[in-house]
Amino acid sequence: MNPPNPIESLLRMDRIPHIWCPGCGIGTAVNCFIRALMESQIPFDNICVVSGIGCTGRVAGYIKLDSFHTTHGRALPFATGLKLANPDLKVIVFSGDGDMIAIGGNHFIHAARRNMDITVICVNNFNYAMTGGQVGPTTPYTANASTSPYGSFEKPFNLPKLAESAGASYVARWTTYHVIQMKKSMLRAIKKKGFTFVEVISPCPTLYGRRNRLGAGLSTMRYYKKNSVIKNGAPTSELDLKFQNKIVVGKFLDIEKPTFLDEMDQLYKKVRTSAV
Amino acid sequence: MKKNEKAVLEGAHFFTGNHAACEGAIAAGCRFVSGYPITPSTGVIERIALRFPFVGGVFIQMEDELASSIALQGAVWAGEKAMTITSGPGLYLMMEHIGLAVITETPCVFVDVQRGGPSTGLPTLPGQADMMQARWGSHGDYEIIALAPDSPQECFDFIITAFNLAEQFRIPVMFMMDECIGHMSEKVVIPPADKIEITPRRYTKLPPEQYLLYKPEKDLVPAMVKAGDGYHFHVTGLTHDERGYPVISAECQAELIPRLVDKIRLNEKKIRMLKMDIPDDSEVVIISYGITSRVVTLAIEMAKKEGIKVGSLRLIVVWPFPEEVIKDIAKRVKAIVVVEMNYGQVFYEVERVSAGNAKVILVPHAGGTVHKPDEVYKSIIEAVK
Amino acid sequence: MVDAVKTKKGRKARGEVNIIKERCKGCGFCVEFCPKKVLVISDEFNSKGYHPPVVKNPDDCIACNLCGMFCPDFAIYSIKVN
Repeated sequence: MNPPNPIESLLRMDRIPHIWCPGCGIGTAVNCFIRALMESQIPFDNICVVSGIGCTGRVAGYIKLDSFHTTHGRALPFATGLKLANPDLKVIVFSGDGDMIAIGGNHFIHAARRNMDITVICVNNFNYAMTGGQVGPTTPYTANASTSPYGSFEKPFNLPKLAESAGASYVARWTTYHVIQMKKSMLRAIKKKGFTFVEVISPCPTLYGRRNRLGAGLSTMRYYKKNSVIKNGAPTSELDLKFQNKIVVGKFLDIEKPTFLDEMDQLYKKVRTSAV
Repeated sequence: MKKNEKAVLEGAHFFTGNHAACEGAIAAGCRFVSGYPITPSTGVIERIALRFPFVGGVFIQMEDELASSIALQGAVWAGEKAMTITSGPGLYLMMEHIGLAVITETPCVFVDVQRGGPSTGLPTLPGQADMMQARWGSHGDYEIIALAPDSPQECFDFIITAFNLAEQFRIPVMFMMDECIGHMSEKVVIPPADKIEITPRRYTKLPPEQYLLYKPEKDLVPAMVKAGDGYHFHVTGLTHDERGYPVISAECQAELIPRLVDKIRLNEKKIRMLKMDIPDDSEVVIISYGITSRVVTLAIEMAKKEGIKVGSLRLIVVWPFPEEVIKDIAKRVKAIVVVEMNYGQVFYEVERVSAGNAKVILVPHAGGTVHKPDEVYKSIIEAVK
Repeated sequence: MVDAVKTKKGRKARGEVNIIKERCKGCGFCVEFCPKKVLVISDEFNSKGYHPPVVKNPDDCIACNLCGMFCPDFAIYSIKVN
């Protein structure tokens, strides 16, 4: 007998198989994420995974660590509470495009603004998949969704640009085709202090893919392979995505700046010592 | 703030209700507060922000009440006692997460310094019209604990009780103040720290392999755990089994919801707090809570001077509702007068529970100020006719 | 660990692929992205009705474990054997 898949030790094997569709990229993102966790050498007891609601929101339920499946859009403030109450915890938020950027948008920009020491992995499949494929804040212009059945006529967010503008200290984007780079970015994001953001573009064969006739997950993966361009360090303003067009991936931002806790601790210390 | 600021400011003070609530929370061991400014509650977080650097707490003003009401729950699961503070129009933004705290059994305190409503209403003036919102505001079936203090002293004393009840029953506890009490200044005596009874969090004694996050102990309450201790537990807002894993089925729902409800209903006597002064020959009993009870005290004095046989019942714990107590009173008296600063909220509960055994009369008030003693007195006279 | 064995082509395979057939959902990522074309989709079904992959060219496996990283269902991985 061969040894089991090494990543099984961090999966709740009593809940596998998971609910994600054949060809969905969330499993691939989780796969790389677990490998990144193992490589990080951060003690597993100190790691917390927090998710919101949606297909990606189900990630917390499959990871065998202290994990939290919270309310729609609110994974980040919950994660903030965890981190501030126990700064020794390494807190990672795994959330989807709708959850993190629409209903969670306000929390996203403020956590980034504060440079809260939390890693955010945002799986972007361009729609609200769990609830049937509705339009979301990252749905490309003209793409079909169940609540934009004639094609979306809204301009979507450019997530790396949003993260950078709001104040993140690490920003990267990969697709689920780029497993090696994705894992490396996740590892860097996890180990780095500050608000670190990794966008993972993923197929959604059952909803977004089907509604836009993009084929099964494999077709979308082939499209990623063919149409992705790696441009590390590219300005985030150049990372807009057009429907079924070029995808610029890479690591775009990696800077050092004080976190919320750095600032708070420094100030509180000063306040305490200057009091008479 | 002084250099060696203690957590428990033993001694006599002249505090507003808001500041007393802040000190009570600190004395209770609260070391995480997430909040958002909203009149008339802001005094609490302003004082928290001043005090926390000295008592080892963390305060964060979040971007909105939605964030505040869940950030405190993250802090609880990391091992701290936590609270958030708001007023009526913030409370309804927190309803989502009160529901989350109920189903995940997260011990924490939500303070509501009530003001006139609905909507933006009367930001700087009192109301008591959030009582039903506190009871039923979130969606789904659940029981909640809610306390109503009547003075800054009670803000200090009973917020500690609120934290203790939260730990004892692994539930969010509502602390229903109002603008009057929040803003009024009165003498508050803070006892020495060792005289203050604190209920510690009931952490499990079982090792990770044996522990189940939602397996109840004899009192229907499961033991708690915290992140970082190696339990690798999973908390979800979905209906879940004893392991904490989501199970989307009617059977699982039928296991979970009755326990969450019974956890409080069957323990109502243990949670009950009220001040009863009902002489045996009472013909009418006045029921009130919070600031209104102070007006009622004067009205009752006036009525007694006229020879009216009147008793009073002040609710300190409003939810769970002390049904047995009121059922019993209704059988013994001619009339019950419910005085509250709203258009009838607790009144309907009194009426329901009285089951026609006594006349139940409401003395309402749209809010903005307290009742005039005279209007309450007149209702007492009417009630015994 | 499997002992190093001279294979049909006279080369030692560097890796060995393990497939957990029952977990597979037939997405095809592993077959497509294996750099050495070790895998093909099999004709057999698992109990859920999917066609899991099967090793066609075992000698060529270099234990890069790309299959292991791509798989959304944790149903395949390679281990080093030499």
